[in-house]
Amino acid sequence: MKTTRHRRSSGYAVFLAPGLLLSLLFLVVPLVMTFYYSLTTWQGIGTPAFTGIDNYTRLFQDADFWASFRNIAFVIIGIAVVPTLLGLFLAALLFDYIGKKHGDGIVSVFRSGLYLPQVVPVAVTGLMWGWILAPEGAVNSILDTLGLSSLQQNWLGDPDLALWVVLGVLVWMQLGYPLVLFLSGLQRIDPELYEAASLDGAGWWQRFTRITVPILRPEVYVVLVTTTIAGLKVFAQIFVLTGGGPGNSTLVPAYFAYQNFFERADVGYGSAISSTITLLVLIIAGTMLSRQAREDG
Amino acid sequence: MTMITRNTHDTDTPHTAREAAPPSHAAPKEHARNRTTHGRGPGSYAVITAVTLFVLVFLAPFAIILVNSFKTSADYRANGSLSWPEQWNWDIIGDVWERVDFTQKLLNSIQISLGVVVIAVLVALFNAYAIGIGRIRWRTAFLVFFLGVNVLPQEGLVYPIYYLFKETGLYDGKLGYTILVGITYSAFGTYLLSSVFSTFPKELIEAASLDGAGRWTILWRIVLPMSWPTLSVMCVFFFVWSWNEFLYPLVLLISNDNQTVPLGLSVTQGQYTSDPTALSAAALLGVIPMIAFFLVFQRTLTRGLTAGAVK
Repeated sequence: MKTTRHRRSSGYAVFLAPGLLLSLLFLVVPLVMTFYYSLTTWQGIGTPAFTGIDNYTRLFQDADFWASFRNIAFVIIGIAVVPTLLGLFLAALLFDYIGKKHGDGIVSVFRSGLYLPQVVPVAVTGLMWGWILAPEGAVNSILDTLGLSSLQQNWLGDPDLALWVVLGVLVWMQLGYPLVLFLSGLQRIDPELYEAASLDGAGWWQRFTRITVPILRPEVYVVLVTTTIAGLKVFAQIFVLTGGGPGNSTLVPAYFAYQNFFERADVGYGSAISSTITLLVLIIAGTMLSRQAREDG
Repeated sequence: MTMITRNTHDTDTPHTAREAAPPSHAAPKEHARNRTTHGRGPGSYAVITAVTLFVLVFLAPFAIILVNSFKTSADYRANGSLSWPEQWNWDIIGDVWERVDFTQKLLNSIQISLGVVVIAVLVALFNAYAIGIGRIRWRTAFLVFFLGVNVLPQEGLVYPIYYLFKETGLYDGKLGYTILVGITYSAFGTYLLSSVFSTFPKELIEAASLDGAGRWTILWRIVLPMSWPTLSVMCVFFFVWSWNEFLYPLVLLISNDNQTVPLGLSVTQGQYTSDPTALSAAALLGVIPMIAFFLVFQRTLTRGLTAGAVK
């Protein structure tokens, strides 16, 4: 009995071979290489020269690196915090108010509309917003038409303004994701619960804070963790919208690493940056999963 | 996901993919319908008007690029970006189409995304078959491995991949790129499918193997057809994610013959800076394929999103 079971097991293991082998070749080997490069000085040609943790000590003294991390904190607000809060509010409004009074049809139209930016390539939405926000672009031309030309700005070219504008674009791109997740999570709620609460005199706000938010906690957690990780990896938006500038006002670690790899041929340093991001992502993901595993008991 | 597209969708947790399907939908819907008959005061119309306005403003960027892609430069300069085109001018779209060789970019994107879907789904199916149904030894360890792979940031891998692809001749070619992206997504698929397969009815498998079916036959004749609902959601998502990829194609697919749609449009961005209507047209060309795809697969996309997220 034992042997047959064992044989059956190893028979199934064959199916794992292609996936495991290709993952090792295409993903694990490069990961190990990046970590190794981070301990070297290397221009991408010739032999890497082993320099130990020099790149990391340099990293911690580099103003651009710290700027990129400060910017990441902002990006996480724009990609995780604001869309989650706004999404919660909108989901509750759509589900508990508009859906009840005006039907589910209109809710799904709104939901689809707000989800749309999520399916358009990030690079293309970046292109679109870059054009809209350009000095000669739509926003300034709208302000002009409205007689508000004094408010015209170089939206992405002003170091004090650029990060906030990028933040706004990120919120726009990201809102649909929490909204759709929250709306689907709300399907779990027994409608009687809301009705009973209303009969007991609970207003919309009370139902929101006492029923909607507690019930959506798992979704909120998932959204915050996944989008925080996405925030750490933000690249295309920055590449297309600002190129990290002006100065380093919108620089993010992923773009900073890219610059070192492909523009400055400082592969060792770039690898130290990407190893740091990778480590952070793995820590966050690991924490999240172990927490979830514990909750599942 | 996007992750951002893919951007956000690539790090999800266990769940079963088929929930959120009819049963869970039906009850609340019925309730909502019952209640639509009462409580529509002036206040509710004020709220719905406000939300409608919000959604319209939210979607305005799409409308703005649509309108401005059909204006002549002179029209744009004279009337700004809010006006209706004096006359609908198709030349600029055509011109940008030619300049970026859009037909080629579309074909590249379609070919690559389909390839990615096939590789990712097949590999994930095999992996999950071994882990979820075969219950092989160390399956938890393998699952953790694929989970870890699933969250790896591309910027942590991109340079060695660039280097290795150059060394092996895979650089600037669709084949290596397609395998790379397919394998990346298969980690997510493995995770998703394994949890679906762990609830697969064992009796079916046992009955089939008593009838003499081998593992291969069981996979194709029983497991594959029964998991088709989950697989189809995965196909739609992988297609969109792959279509929207940016960093890998930026680094690995540099020639015109290999570039994908988003890349071809955004790297030629510099050509249009002095030509606002052309830039708008380029954005429009990039938006249209995914809007069309969205209209066709809307339900799958909005429902499937939840598949990866919460149990």
